[in-house]
Amino acid sequence: MSVSVERGIQTWIEQMDAPTASFFTTCVHCGMCADACLFYTETNDPKYTPIHKLKPMRRVWQQEFTFWGRLAKRLGLSKPVTAAELEEWEPLVYDSCTLCGRCSMECPVGNDITYMIRKMREGMVAAGYAPEGLKGATSRAIRIGSPMGVKVPALMAQIKAAEAETGLTIPVDQEGVEYLMLLSSAEIMQFSEIIGAVAQIFNEADVSWTISTEAFEATNSGIQIGSSDLAGELVQRIVDAAEKLQVRYVISPECGHAYTALRWEGPNLVGRSYPFKVIHILELLEELRVEGRLRTEGMEEERVTFHDPCQIVRRGGIVEPQRNLLNMVAKDFVETEEHGTMNWCCGGGGGVSANERAEPLRRKAFNRKKHQIENLDIAKLVTACSNCRNMLEEGLENNHLESIEVVGLTEMLAEHLVIDKKEQVAATAQE
Amino acid sequence: MTETDFLNWVRGTGMQIALTVFLVGMIYRLLENYLIGRKKSLAEPKGDEWRHGLNTVWRRSLLHSNLTTRGYFTLVAGYIFHLAFLITLFFFAQHIEMFKSLLGFGWPALPPLVITVTAVLGIVALIAVLFHRITDPVKRMLSDFQDYLTWFLTFFPLITGFLLITQSSLPYKGLLAVHILSFELLLIAIPFTKLSHMVTLVIARWYNGAIAGYKGVQS
Repeated sequence: MSVSVERGIQTWIEQMDAPTASFFTTCVHCGMCADACLFYTETNDPKYTPIHKLKPMRRVWQQEFTFWGRLAKRLGLSKPVTAAELEEWEPLVYDSCTLCGRCSMECPVGNDITYMIRKMREGMVAAGYAPEGLKGATSRAIRIGSPMGVKVPALMAQIKAAEAETGLTIPVDQEGVEYLMLLSSAEIMQFSEIIGAVAQIFNEADVSWTISTEAFEATNSGIQIGSSDLAGELVQRIVDAAEKLQVRYVISPECGHAYTALRWEGPNLVGRSYPFKVIHILELLEELRVEGRLRTEGMEEERVTFHDPCQIVRRGGIVEPQRNLLNMVAKDFVETEEHGTMNWCCGGGGGVSANERAEPLRRKAFNRKKHQIENLDIAKLVTACSNCRNMLEEGLENNHLESIEVVGLTEMLAEHLVIDKKEQVAATAQE
Repeated sequence: MTETDFLNWVRGTGMQIALTVFLVGMIYRLLENYLIGRKKSLAEPKGDEWRHGLNTVWRRSLLHSNLTTRGYFTLVAGYIFHLAFLITLFFFAQHIEMFKSLLGFGWPALPPLVITVTAVLGIVALIAVLFHRITDPVKRMLSDFQDYLTWFLTFFPLITGFLLITQSSLPYKGLLAVHILSFELLLIAIPFTKLSHMVTLVIARWYNGAIAGYKGVQS
């Protein structure tokens, strides 16, 4: 057995826990998880059945953690995991799984398959089996601070542009404020209007906030590739900046896995609880709405629907705020047939969008989303994740549905914002 | 060993061995899983693990609108088989006699005709799920030796029991001994195969619900 395979197996042994052992013990091979996975439903290829993607790790569990498995291994009767097997499984684990968690909701015996795929990836990357696209993104995140290679000058240029557009001063590296706002690379480079939108909303709602030049990037490729060490290093940068600026809250932006990384995995990755709270931008906007600090005017006349980002909704627990917020500004908000915690993924989560090799499969998988949208006759598709937004825009274009506009919820709210303080703050900024 | 000796052995020593292996094996299996442990999350919880965990244990038993044909078939056939098997096991008069000898108390039995119907339903449902396992591409790919072994171990006591109550021409003592032995084999296999899902299912569902519930999601 090669050193790299041995390292992968050792990582799986370290990753093993009581829930995973219970899940493997309980699986009756019913195949119902297949119907919950868009990579299976859109290809009908049994190899995309979620539980099948865990086969090598399951064998390691059997051989290392069960009585008969250990006995068989000692007697030389068990089949060891091989490099060829890991090579075969790499596309199954990375290209055909977005960690969307839908299979975990459907399994009749209660297996949290996504929880196990996350662990599976730890072993795969430790053994050196991960897609080049994700390796590159993770390497850039560690070296440069952003998976897309965004540096501070690019961020500052976008902040200046937002300031010019809104007439507001956007606080940067300001100590002692209440909130530290993070952004995703895609927001900075492709959807930079979010910066102005947030600035306007926070200005009207009297939210004291800042952006840090030391930790502005919320995305975490370490989580996607499955490396807790690298993921922890990326989270630590945010923790350090938040502690230095003495903020009470860190705002996770419109990005799915960034929320999982920072809110749910982060404290475990850095090995301690945070001295601040993590709040998703949707949660904060909902708080402002409830307190009457988010005031909007006018309504979207055209029919809109909402695409629930898996990591924020199904795996993150934020289900109702986006609906309450959208109802503030949309007259004809309709739900897709399966929505909320049972929504279908855009097909690009969990690092799939950063994995060029997965593109043909991802395009096929998008058919599921396409069918959901087609049935609704909508003009706008609203979401709250920049990666989903990218995938949706691309998918709609590929399917000749580009007439449907894809919009970020925060921006839509900012477009309807009641602006009372603009002149006052703009004047302060000029002084 | 005569037919009578064999019957006495499976009723006495054989049953004691099977029950001991089942109980000790099940405890070992549960400890084997549970003692691996689980790291406590340092993230601030948004929901209650216990409440969501228990809720998921219940909710995963229900049929729901997201099910596909495969899902409906699997759950409906599964329900029919499990209920038929349990009713036949626990409410057939002769079985209750066996439980009475082991536990010291019994309970009312269902009429023989009802038991014949449940046994037939159990057999038909088991044949149907085997057929589905062989013909459904996803199930066929997932299935390994253990899936077929456990099917046989479950089918064996049902079919021998059915023959016992319906075929008076067959040698009664020998068939009864084989029937009891088949049940003992099933008991012995439970802790060491996926048949242990009869207990670990509750634990797996609870973990699923607890993990999601910690984040404020009802899974």
